[in-house]
Amino acid sequence: DSIDAREIFDLIRSINDPEHPLTLEELNVVEQVRVQVSDPESTVAVAFTPTIPHCSMATLIGLSIKVKLLRSLPQRFKMDVHITPGTHASEHAVNKQLADKERPGL
Amino acid sequence: MAAAAAVEAAAPMGALWGLVHDFVVGQQEGPADQVAADVKSGNYTVLQVVEALGSSLENPEPRTRARAIQLLSQVLLHCHTLLLEKEVVHLILFYENRLKDHHLVIPSVLQGLKALSLCVALPPGLAVSVLKAIFQEVHVQSLPQVDRHTVYNIITNFMRTREEELKSLGADFTFGFIQVMDGEKDPRNLLVAFRIVHDLISRDYSLGPFVEELFEVTSCYFPIDFTPPPNDPHGIQREDLILSLRAVLASTPRFAEFLLPLLIEKVDSEVLSAKLDSLQTLNACCAVYGQKELKDFLPSLWASIRREVFQTASERVEAEGLAALHSLTACLSRSVLRADAEDLLDSFLSNILQDCRHHLCEPDMKLVWPSAKLLQAAAGASARACDSVTSNVLPLLLEQFHKHSQSSQRRTILEMLLGFLKLQQKWSYEDKDQRPLNGFKDQLCSLVFMALTDPSTQLQLVGIRTLTVLGAQPDLLSYEDLELAVGHLYRLSFLKEDSQSCRVAALEASGTLAALYPVAFSSHLVPKLAEELRVGESNLTNGDEPTQCSRHLCCLQALSAVSTHPSIVKETLPLLLQHLWQVNRGNMVAQSSDVIAVCQSLRQMAEKCQQDPESCWYFHQTAIPCLLALAVQASMPEKEPSVLRKVLLEDEVLAAMVSVIGTATTHLSPELAAQSVTHIVPLFLDGNVSFLPENSFPSRFQPFQVTDGSSGQRRLIALLMAFVCSLPRNVEIPQLNQLMRELLELSCCHSCPFSSTAAAKCFAGLLNKHPAGQQLDEFLQLAVDKVEAGLGSGPCRSQAFTLLLWVTKALVLRYHPLSSCLTARLMGLLSDPELGPAAADGFSLLMSDCTDVLTRAGHAEVRIMFRQRFFTDNVPALVQGFHAAPQDVKPNYLKGLSHVLNRLPKPVLLPELPTLLSLLLEALSCPDCVVQLSTLSCLQPLLLEAPQVMSLHVDTLVTKFLNLSSSPSMAVRIAALQCMHALTRLPTPVLLPYKPQVIRALAKPLDDKKRLVRKEAVSARGEWFLLGSPGS
Repeated sequence: DSIDAREIFDLIRSINDPEHPLTLEELNVVEQVRVQVSDPESTVAVAFTPTIPHCSMATLIGLSIKVKLLRSLPQRFKMDVHITPGTHASEHAVNKQLADKERPGL
Repeated sequence: MAAAAAVEAAAPMGALWGLVHDFVVGQQEGPADQVAADVKSGNYTVLQVVEALGSSLENPEPRTRARAIQLLSQVLLHCHTLLLEKEVVHLILFYENRLKDHHLVIPSVLQGLKALSLCVALPPGLAVSVLKAIFQEVHVQSLPQVDRHTVYNIITNFMRTREEELKSLGADFTFGFIQVMDGEKDPRNLLVAFRIVHDLISRDYSLGPFVEELFEVTSCYFPIDFTPPPNDPHGIQREDLILSLRAVLASTPRFAEFLLPLLIEKVDSEVLSAKLDSLQTLNACCAVYGQKELKDFLPSLWASIRREVFQTASERVEAEGLAALHSLTACLSRSVLRADAEDLLDSFLSNILQDCRHHLCEPDMKLVWPSAKLLQAAAGASARACDSVTSNVLPLLLEQFHKHSQSSQRRTILEMLLGFLKLQQKWSYEDKDQRPLNGFKDQLCSLVFMALTDPSTQLQLVGIRTLTVLGAQPDLLSYEDLELAVGHLYRLSFLKEDSQSCRVAALEASGTLAALYPVAFSSHLVPKLAEELRVGESNLTNGDEPTQCSRHLCCLQALSAVSTHPSIVKETLPLLLQHLWQVNRGNMVAQSSDVIAVCQSLRQMAEKCQQDPESCWYFHQTAIPCLLALAVQASMPEKEPSVLRKVLLEDEVLAAMVSVIGTATTHLSPELAAQSVTHIVPLFLDGNVSFLPENSFPSRFQPFQVTDGSSGQRRLIALLMAFVCSLPRNVEIPQLNQLMRELLELSCCHSCPFSSTAAAKCFAGLLNKHPAGQQLDEFLQLAVDKVEAGLGSGPCRSQAFTLLLWVTKALVLRYHPLSSCLTARLMGLLSDPELGPAAADGFSLLMSDCTDVLTRAGHAEVRIMFRQRFFTDNVPALVQGFHAAPQDVKPNYLKGLSHVLNRLPKPVLLPELPTLLSLLLEALSCPDCVVQLSTLSCLQPLLLEAPQVMSLHVDTLVTKFLNLSSSPSMAVRIAALQCMHALTRLPTPVLLPYKPQVIRALAKPLDDKKRLVRKEAVSARGEWFLLGSPGS
């Protein structure tokens, strides 16, 4: 069975939002359609949508997703976690921060 | 003479003086018990003790006085039953007087009064006088805990025996007690004090003007905040205090005006436990309160409850809030009103409706469910509340359903509606015309039918459940409604693969409703299904088409699902049997899966018939001869062997028939079963086919005759087994002796493993139920001889082994003494080069539950503790055998052992664990996959339940589990990763040294080719990452 978008989504759907008692799936922060994966090329791209454009927790949510993926996916995967374009005020800053943290938590 | 008597009397008196002196002056403790024992046995009187104490009682030194009184009090505690009334009066006077004495003396005085309070000879009036003296002279709360406890004991004793007398004190007694307990801090004393207050109220003592004081002195402890100290020897739990305080607070409506504001305040606080306690206390209060008490507080109570249910993150608070609302509503519904009084229930409910109604109109918003739950909690409290809420909410929800167009919104609305409809079932209406649902019936039906045709599976599912609830209301649905409903259920019963859940729900609903409305179903559903079945038959004849084939399967399932009423069974069973005959006539291309599907339907039908004796007999009497006739027909030797007929003789098909026959037999009454057995046993033994339908066969039916042409007939022994092994235990089986011998003979016949195994199982099943006695011993002897002869050598070794296994199982289950001997024989075979592996697997069979024979449902004798007993009796021998065995057969022992351990209830295994663990670890290195898997599944729960023992072996465990996580078998990899996950339950300090190594090693299975393995690896690795992090 190759690793597909569904499997990646299953990994991150149950992460809890730092501010709500709800999961990222329930808040529609992550959706299966925004997960791109290629098993042969070992790449994963996850776009997440902060609940509001000024959400101060966007970086933390992004890092949570990234750490979860780093811990759960084989090392060969190159992963890219970013904000769904046009859904956050400081989209680029957050994306940069997420990309900067090479292998956070490891 | 007189002198002698005087000397005799003087001698013990002398001894008494000595003892008293030792105690009072010598400060020894022993003499007190001695004196008490002597008084008890009549050597001295209490008066003599007092005389001996004499001046010590009035000694100017308070310590000496205290010591003297202590001795007297201890004697009284032992001997209060011997006291005369006159003595009691004097003693009381003395003790009351001493209450004014030095504080050092008081504890001993109280002990004495406690002894006197137990005295039966206490004259009237003295109890009151003692209590007055205590209330007046003693400041109880400045005494140590033990002495305060003594005071409470004195009061409790008097309340138990002198109730009338104390009541004559009026409110003074209550006031006195309030002063006594005011400021009490010790939980042990509080439990007694709460008990006293509860008795004061429930026994109707006069509280006078002190209601508020009494409330204050107890309610100051609310909510209880108490954590017992570690190693507390008194064993008082927080919950004990909470419950006893709650019993006080909720014991009288007179506290209401003080308590309700307090409860509201505490519900509004931030502390979770305070909220819970307050809501539970409110709930308890509603049992004794009426409208009068609640009236002024209803708005605030409702506001607090509403806030808790709307906003809470805790499910417990929500549940308690709903429960409190339920009780409040029930309490308001209960009160009897004067004609001119305002009905608080109406205004309360209209408040609730007003606050919740608009949320029901926003099915996407967060508050929709809390609102529905609140309304349902209120509506569930009484028929009146239910009417009032339902008549308001139903029209609203009906309207909202039509206003919202999205399926998900409609589903939420319908689900709420379903909740309200279910509440209707709690109340039965004498007069059906007054039922509030009547007016909405048509709208409800059209809404449900709309849901049933919606494309959303979720909405359909709720629709089906709603339909079932509506149908359960007696006389609500009209015949036309039912006709439509049946039409929908018919359609839903044939839904495609992707909406399985809906189809299953529809089948279940058909079953429930068919039992209530058999006529509607037999006239509108059964004919359609019959037609469907007929079309299916012709399709089968023309060759298979996948969609048709699954439709055919749905039809079979629908037929069995709807057979919940005797009259329907009389129509559906013949349809299925007819269908089987068609298959057998060779008119169509039948595959074994088709026949199996029919048999599964028949079995489900048989299950549904079990509860109704009439249906059960009908099914048995109709289906079993038919199945037997088909099978016998198929087993006849033919000139041109036809493929079609042989389908019926395949292993799986026969197994499916076995389960039908078993299910149709277990619930028969012994009389009817006895009737059936006189046909079926002669069929097999004598070939008497007269009771079968269509019984003209080309040759005789002789399944026990060993001839070359009869191998097909022999296979049918399985059907005989299904029948005789499911009979009630007291049914006598004709020609039993001959039957047993034939079975034994056949069981060791080597030409066909299927029939010889069936014969062995049948023999074992009969053996298990046979009463102890000479005949049983004979059968056993025959079996043992047969086994030994077969095991010796020759072609029948494996058959003889199978027989041994089944006979052993039959005896192990009923604790027969011979079982240990047979088990030992089986264990001996573990080192047999040929039969060893089979013997190891045999242990799995011994410990597991069978489905066809030797089942509890089939009336077999199964002792509940047989697994434990087998473990205790045999595991030491297995372990010993393992150590003694040569290297090449050791795996057999390990496999046997791990089978036994695997099936054992874990609490039995835990104490034996330390001795067995090293063996289990060895089993992990055994190359056999089955052993590995069985051992892993045995270890996994042990890791969770006995982490301390397991942590001694952490090094081995980590290494072996990691090794197995790359096993070629997927099941082993998954089990090994689950064990890696369970390892994290071990104490963290033990694990931390392994953390980096494990995390690195678990990266590999993250890339496993199987998704299920990756899933386990992810969760195990995630847990290991969290080890040692804060908050874990």
